[in-house]
Amino acid sequence: MRKLIAIILISIMVLSSCVEEDVPGLQNTSVSLNFKHDWDGANVSSTNFNTIQYFNENNDELSIEKLRYLISDVTFQKSNGQTIVIEGYNLVDVTNDENLTYVLPIQIPIGTYSNVSFTFGFDNDDNTDGAYMDLNSSSWNVPGMLGGGYHFMQLEGKFINNVATEQGYQYHTIRAVDNADPMNLVFQDTFFTVNLGEVIVHNNSSVDIKMNIAEWFKGPHQWNLNDFNSMLMPNFDAQVKMYDNGQNVFSLGNVN
Amino acid sequence: MKVSYYILILILFLSCSKDDSNTAPAQYVPTPLALETPALFEQKILPPLIPFDNSQTVEGVALGKKLFFDTILSADNTQSCASCHAPENAFTDVSQFSDGIDGVFGNRNSMPIFNAAFNYDEKFFWDGRSFGLESQALQPVENPIEMHNTWEQAVADLQEHSEYPNLFELAFGTANISSELVTKAIAQFERTLISGNSKFDKYLLGTATLTPQELNGFNVFMDETKGDCFHCHGSDNNPLWTDNIFHNNGLDAVFADLGLGEITGDPADNGKFKSPSLRNLAFTAPYMHDGRFSTLDEVINHYSEGLQNSPTIDPLMKKVAEGGVHITAQEKADLKAFLLSLSDYEFINNPDFQN
Repeated sequence: MRKLIAIILISIMVLSSCVEEDVPGLQNTSVSLNFKHDWDGANVSSTNFNTIQYFNENNDELSIEKLRYLISDVTFQKSNGQTIVIEGYNLVDVTNDENLTYVLPIQIPIGTYSNVSFTFGFDNDDNTDGAYMDLNSSSWNVPGMLGGGYHFMQLEGKFINNVATEQGYQYHTIRAVDNADPMNLVFQDTFFTVNLGEVIVHNNSSVDIKMNIAEWFKGPHQWNLNDFNSMLMPNFDAQVKMYDNGQNVFSLGNVN
Repeated sequence: MKVSYYILILILFLSCSKDDSNTAPAQYVPTPLALETPALFEQKILPPLIPFDNSQTVEGVALGKKLFFDTILSADNTQSCASCHAPENAFTDVSQFSDGIDGVFGNRNSMPIFNAAFNYDEKFFWDGRSFGLESQALQPVENPIEMHNTWEQAVADLQEHSEYPNLFELAFGTANISSELVTKAIAQFERTLISGNSKFDKYLLGTATLTPQELNGFNVFMDETKGDCFHCHGSDNNPLWTDNIFHNNGLDAVFADLGLGEITGDPADNGKFKSPSLRNLAFTAPYMHDGRFSTLDEVINHYSEGLQNSPTIDPLMKKVAEGGVHITAQEKADLKAFLLSLSDYEFINNPDFQN
């Protein structure tokens, strides 16, 4: 029901969304984005959760218990520079199999786009503290002491630590903040643009977007869960490393 | 991207419906009753859920209230819903376990009832076994360790009553009483039980001032390296003070009660129970699904140094091997002060909610 309400609200919002430049004279169509998840090629869904079975680059064995993340501002760009920016967002909730398909709330012209992109998380203009009722209702907020706004991702589970014991981890990504001086927070942007490359949009196109979860632990920073597992939100360096590792997480899948 | 702006547009669109009153046949319609949503809720969270087939009405709520406080639903006419869900206790009771009409005790602490219309996933009970308030209200009447009645008997008693048939007529347009209509009426009343006027709410609205200790406690609550309560229990941006989700919060290494796992059959859900709201803690002791903690101090001590490891413990429970994050005595006291600032005295004294 929360999803239904969110869809209604977001749909209403995006009906008035910013289409920077329309492409006249072409047939418009709906487009669906399907979010797919894998671990170095092995499909991952909620049915694979809660079992310690994955090895990260550091050879830490781990499970996934929760995965949800936010994408926003899907953008279609023509080779001539024309862009269609769809303001809005989608909170992908793999744990509960919610919002795994994001039907774009406006139709776009059929044709070839030299690049389709989206923002992982919120850019600073959109990352307004408490502004989104559905995200507030989903407890997606970042505490004010860390600058407020919203999480970008919550990836949680257990791993076998270096004393052979199961231990929880919370790989939460937010805007990096140095809160050493609470009265003078220092931020570094950690949202990023995911460029999927060329997409040919047909009638009622369906675009698969793949997340290789293993990449979050792979590079350029080989992630040792024994060192970084908890309380990562206020950890500036950890946030920057997660941002770095996120650059190769997403890729374009099938387009139909 | 201000949502309120778009809701306003939607309302304007909806208000443009054609007037076809000349063609519709005259039909009794009970009086619509809007829920009184607190200002903070309107600003921060999604609207309350009202089932399309059970809209709020003045007559329905009045009937639901009467039923809620009436012992007629129990087999021996000794217990009402309010027996275990008393207004002065934010609609729970003071017992660890509540006894039914036969003096048999259950194994779960009576859940408080407020802000149920904002439980967006609509899973009710500590183990989430009921979907929807109406469905939830079906169970206690026939539960052998609660009201121990049958719906057939309860409906027959109501049908024979001197007042109820007329009240159902007024609420639903029929004097033909059924369990469906009884639970609809009770659910309508329960949806009016909205708590959103605590000292902390007033602080957020700029009409009250918190003490330094309460403010410190809020910081402990929101600090991921200390209390880290906000991931499961809301925040200044989620005034429900719960995520209404199921977690294993490290109470036991071995489960005597499987909780959600008993319902789903999934071992990964064993030991998980619904996060209760932290509102009204001043009135709702004892705490946890089994009422094991008599005081808030015990609750805070549990999270600070009493965590028990188990296969399904939530990853959000930190430093489990050390029993918890070990906040200081001062931080505990501050956290307690903040938590108590979420108590809503107006709610428990609201005359609309009294018998």
